[in-house]
Amino acid sequence: MKSTSKQLAVNRQLKNNTSFGQAVRNSLTMAYRGLLKIRRTPEQLFDVTLQPIIFTLMFTYIFGGAISGNVHNYLPIIIPGILVQTVIGTSIVTGVQLREDMDKGVFDRFKSLPIARIAPLAGALLADTIRYTIATVLTFVMGYIMGYRPEGGLGYVVIAAVFVIVCSWAISWIFAFFGVIARTASSVQGISMLVLFPLTFLSNAFVPVKTMPDWLQWFAKINPISHIITAVRDLINDGTIGWDFAVSLIGAAAIVAIFAPITVRVYMRRA
Amino acid sequence: MGHIYRTVPNNGDWAIEAHGLVKTFGDKRAVDGVNLNVRAGTIYGVLGPNGAGKTTTVRMLATLLRPDAGSAYIFGYDVVKEPQIVRQLIGVTGQYASVDESLSAIENLVIFSRLLGLSRTEARRKAAELLEEFGLTEAAKRPLKNFSGGMRRRLDLAASLIAQPPLIFLDEPTTGLDPRTRNRMWDTIRRLVKQGSTVLLTTQYLQEADELADRIAVIDRGRVVAEGTADELKASVGSSSLQLKIQNTKDIENARQTVERVLKVRSNVSLETGKITAPMADADRVTDLLIALREAGIHLAELSVQKPTLDEVFLTITGHSAKEDTSETSDEMGEVRV
Ligand SMILES: Nc1ncnc2c1ncn2[C@@H]1O[C@H](COP(=O)(O)OP(=O)(O)OP(=O)(O)O)[C@@H](O)[C@H]1O
Ligand SMILES: [Mg+2]
Repeated sequence: MKSTSKQLAVNRQLKNNTSFGQAVRNSLTMAYRGLLKIRRTPEQLFDVTLQPIIFTLMFTYIFGGAISGNVHNYLPIIIPGILVQTVIGTSIVTGVQLREDMDKGVFDRFKSLPIARIAPLAGALLADTIRYTIATVLTFVMGYIMGYRPEGGLGYVVIAAVFVIVCSWAISWIFAFFGVIARTASSVQGISMLVLFPLTFLSNAFVPVKTMPDWLQWFAKINPISHIITAVRDLINDGTIGWDFAVSLIGAAAIVAIFAPITVRVYMRRA
Repeated sequence: MGHIYRTVPNNGDWAIEAHGLVKTFGDKRAVDGVNLNVRAGTIYGVLGPNGAGKTTTVRMLATLLRPDAGSAYIFGYDVVKEPQIVRQLIGVTGQYASVDESLSAIENLVIFSRLLGLSRTEARRKAAELLEEFGLTEAAKRPLKNFSGGMRRRLDLAASLIAQPPLIFLDEPTTGLDPRTRNRMWDTIRRLVKQGSTVLLTTQYLQEADELADRIAVIDRGRVVAEGTADELKASVGSSSLQLKIQNTKDIENARQTVERVLKVRSNVSLETGKITAPMADADRVTDLLIALREAGIHLAELSVQKPTLDEVFLTITGHSAKEDTSETSDEMGEVRV
């Protein structure tokens, strides 16, 4: 029996590192798990379905007249604003759910498997892009119903949609980081809201920056959310890819480069 | 083959070698210098009360927790330096179900199989095979929320066996199971070892360790306080005791003499309860005793054999009860790690 046991151990190709290919495969499997979970509990999609509908209606009719004279002229300003605000707001949920998920026993099994360490995190974040997609599509549909016809055309709308989803995915690493350091899911929600609320409102999302006091203008102009929103407006209203687009993507890459490794490291340490 | 054992020479037969493992939580030493040596192809039992440090020890051996001090090797591989290799050699069934509650049994197994590198069709086949083996085929598609504790535990074990790991950790595999389900779990564990695996299981029940394990480590307050085969441990704990109650109290002296003659031991008589208590080294002798009592015309009201309980094991080995508060122990250690 002893020799059989040794045999079991010996007849394996043992490696102490995981290849990049394996990391990608493992992450995709974990993303598949995330999608299955969403399918099993579709009620977790309430926020991404209701928020775009309600916010678009609400803000357009409240601010439309005051800012652009009428609702129709306001749509090209507000739709990109709401789009970015909603989709990035959705990425908070990633951190909250990650925290909840990590407290469950199944994460112990993931940790005990010879898989890429980043996979449980990357997979969860990847699966959440489905949420961003739903929020994005719904916002555009609401805009369309209210009479918005983007000048840039469908092609640029699609590019803008992908662009927003990519940025949100990058930003969700920040919330994933909160998710792994926080003790409870509700504290993740709390910290994340505290960070995101000023960022989304102190931006050019709803009103022209010119109308703000100087100090606020300064903040609204350097605010990364403003850059994303401007990039989206350029794309869908003018059909142009500008400097803001590049800045946003560079920023997104920087966020992933910084937060992905430290999140994975903290995640491993808090095992 | 030689390269497998390169880190620690001459350990060909050891599935686990742990030396001086320490884990501190705050100022509490959950595991305080545990040594364990487990031979490949055997069942090793880690026995201890709540809070003894069983789970913490298993988690360190299974690369889930980094030891603060000490070393551990799985088939010669260092759990700290070569964790990915160790993970390829182990299957872990944690104390609390490590399966995905919101998914179905088959989805769980398919995902774990895919993570272990099986193709989509292989993963489906493996999942179906394991579900069949563990009697879960009918429940395969139901979400786990509606699973009973026993079903969950079986699925959990099935998930640990996907890669046919040579070493399997089972943390309290039968706690909370009914006797029938527990017996099936025991059979499964025995079968695994027959197929060549090594099993390390933790338990709070002396009987379970006795039933399954080739060797047992008794662990208390983070330390191994006794180690050996079940027989060696029981010998150190003492024998079980026999209790007799006689129908007619007039017979009690006669009964007592019969007991002492047949069992060849000294007995105690409690006059208030009319009970005779005698230590018993060999359970087979009870038959002889019953025959002798009937021949003497003595009628029994009650007969029971009290096995040594875990509490008694602890009392004997550690000199304190298993249920005592264990919080004061950390002070006596020289250094406290934070
Ligand atoms: N993550 C943790 N943080 C703080 N203390 C912990 C942690 N994990 C375990 N402990 C403490 O370490 C001690 C040993 O715990 P452990 O879970 O290893 O015991 P156990 O033998 O598995 O007990 P049980 O039979 O209840 O499962 C306990 O006193 C426990 O409170
Ligand atoms: Mg435990």
